[in-house]
Amino acid sequence: MTANAKAALTVQGLSRVFDVSAPWLNRLIERKPRQLLRAVDDVSFEVPAGGCLSLVGESGCGKSTVARLVTGLYAPSEGSITFAADIDGAPLSAQMIFQDPYASLNPRWRVRDIIAEPLRELKLRDTEAEIRERVDALLAIVGLSPRDGAKFPHEFSGGQRQRISIARALATEPRFLVCDEPTSALDVSVQAQILNLMRRLQDELGLTYLFISHDLSVVRHMSDRIAVMYLGRIVEEAETEALFANPRHPYSRMLLETIPDIDNPRRAREVDVGEVPSPLNPPKGCAFNPRCPLADARCRSERPEMLRLKDGARVACHRVAEAEAEREPATAVPVPAA
Amino acid sequence: MPDAPVLEVRNLRVEFPGRHGTLTALDDVSLSIAPGEILGVVGESGAGKSMTGLAVQGLLEPPGHIARGEVHLNGRRIDQLPTRAMEKIRGREIGAIFQDPLTSLNPLFSIGNQLTETIRLHLDLSRADARARAIDLLKQVGIPAAEERIDHFPHQFSGGMRQRVVIALALAAGPKLIVADEPTTALDVSIQAQIIALLRKLCDDTGTAVMLVTHDMGVIAEAADRVAVMYAGRMVEVGPAQEVIRNPQHPYTRGLMGSIPALRRRVAKLTQIDGSMPRLDAIPRGCAFNPRCPQAMPRCRQDRPDLMPAGVGQSACWLAEGVLT
Repeated sequence: MTANAKAALTVQGLSRVFDVSAPWLNRLIERKPRQLLRAVDDVSFEVPAGGCLSLVGESGCGKSTVARLVTGLYAPSEGSITFAADIDGAPLSAQMIFQDPYASLNPRWRVRDIIAEPLRELKLRDTEAEIRERVDALLAIVGLSPRDGAKFPHEFSGGQRQRISIARALATEPRFLVCDEPTSALDVSVQAQILNLMRRLQDELGLTYLFISHDLSVVRHMSDRIAVMYLGRIVEEAETEALFANPRHPYSRMLLETIPDIDNPRRAREVDVGEVPSPLNPPKGCAFNPRCPLADARCRSERPEMLRLKDGARVACHRVAEAEAEREPATAVPVPAA
Repeated sequence: MPDAPVLEVRNLRVEFPGRHGTLTALDDVSLSIAPGEILGVVGESGAGKSMTGLAVQGLLEPPGHIARGEVHLNGRRIDQLPTRAMEKIRGREIGAIFQDPLTSLNPLFSIGNQLTETIRLHLDLSRADARARAIDLLKQVGIPAAEERIDHFPHQFSGGMRQRVVIALALAAGPKLIVADEPTTALDVSIQAQIIALLRKLCDDTGTAVMLVTHDMGVIAEAADRVAVMYAGRMVEVGPAQEVIRNPQHPYTRGLMGSIPALRRRVAKLTQIDGSMPRLDAIPRGCAFNPRCPQAMPRCRQDRPDLMPAGVGQSACWLAEGVLT
């Protein structure tokens, strides 16, 4: 990443291990070993202030776990999460927007109380009148009417509900928003409304986004940089336009090739790309090697290190490293593991 | 059309009587699918696309019922058949693929068991022949080591493989029509591409007609020959898939296409259709889209447009009429 852009968030060597072992008695009787799942494995990235970094990948790649680690909903097993000095990671400065607007709003609370909860909980306003004023302002910011505050969540459509969760996230005047698939439960025309709203808010309020999505076209629309995740690790991180113009990691290439493209549908293609292996038992070496058309013996035994390329992109692939070393031996320097 | 259509739906109207009056879920829906053709039915949630698929299969939940219109399968009218006769048609002549492959399979029976049961219910085959056919079907849908996998249970398959098994089940009796309701929505993109490719291949190989219900224009672009766009229980545009995507005629389709972020280029702001689809009990007079339509005219608030020729397809919009006259 370019050093001059100030980072709002720096994540280094982040890992999270979940214990998914069978119950103690079963382990004892059936002699089953402990079973650990590395959902996030040695992930490092920076989110530039005022920018948007997206994490993309298929289900189970660990992108949502990273979101939860960053907002403190999970504790990291290893590694560090550092916010910039003016964003200390406390609820005041980092907030989260969740995927499902039907599950993330309490159905028995009025919208006004849902949005006011952070204000009351953190004692950000002294009087009820001030709280009321702030809630009305928040509703207006996200394109709802102050009168909507008296209604219950079920009276709203999916898109309007997502506006309510955005208003709630903005209540504490955060500088940093973690958005975990904020539009994947919405219809496309409504998705466009929400994406436009999020872009507008980013400009108006100077927000920084960590955006999580499996939808590459949404990610392309929203982000400055993209990190592609596969089985808990980042395999490639690059500027959005660079990644789409020239994906380097074979997995990034496969992802870009397999998504249906409305402008340029490929009907006659042969698709035989296999499936994601179980994260409980990831392949040795590079995790992508069983599906990779370029894999050789080295890929099956040795895990590729993250390589920083001249244009600022980072790729973890032996093939890319070899090609770079051949072209310009001096420029390709492995990034030391954090 | 050179071949007689496999499925023909004429002026279908589905109603749900209720305490507060009757809701019209589908209104005046007409469509046809030729052998080997994939018709995409696309729209946002609540547009009536799944309802169309259910009505064709006679699977409407009471009190929902077909109030008007006809459904013809291979030239035979099926919307008035008694329940028993319809049960024979489902599975035998119409195969179904649903969104979630895990809930479409019985977790307590091996997939071989489920396949042979379906095959023997519809075809007069011995147990051994049915099993051989089941293995053939699994091979056809691309399941490796089908001879061993046939005795496995649904939980032993991954999501993509399960959806292949569901497709094999739908094909079990060699139906002429498959209704696929969001068959790829629950799957990851790389698996989605495999399933789309498989559907297309089966369609080309066997001449099965497919009604592909989806909200995903990308899936339509890659899989469908023709597409029908639905809005508020009505069909607003029909035409060849490429044409509807590149050159949409109806203002709703145009808005829908503009609201999809493009993969190959970046726009500063997505086109958005303000507001949301009307509820079934509050469908506006005239064209159902008129309150959200940037090009609405006084006439749109009074008279309801029927599908009329527009471009190379049809569009239910008064603007299309203006172009012709």
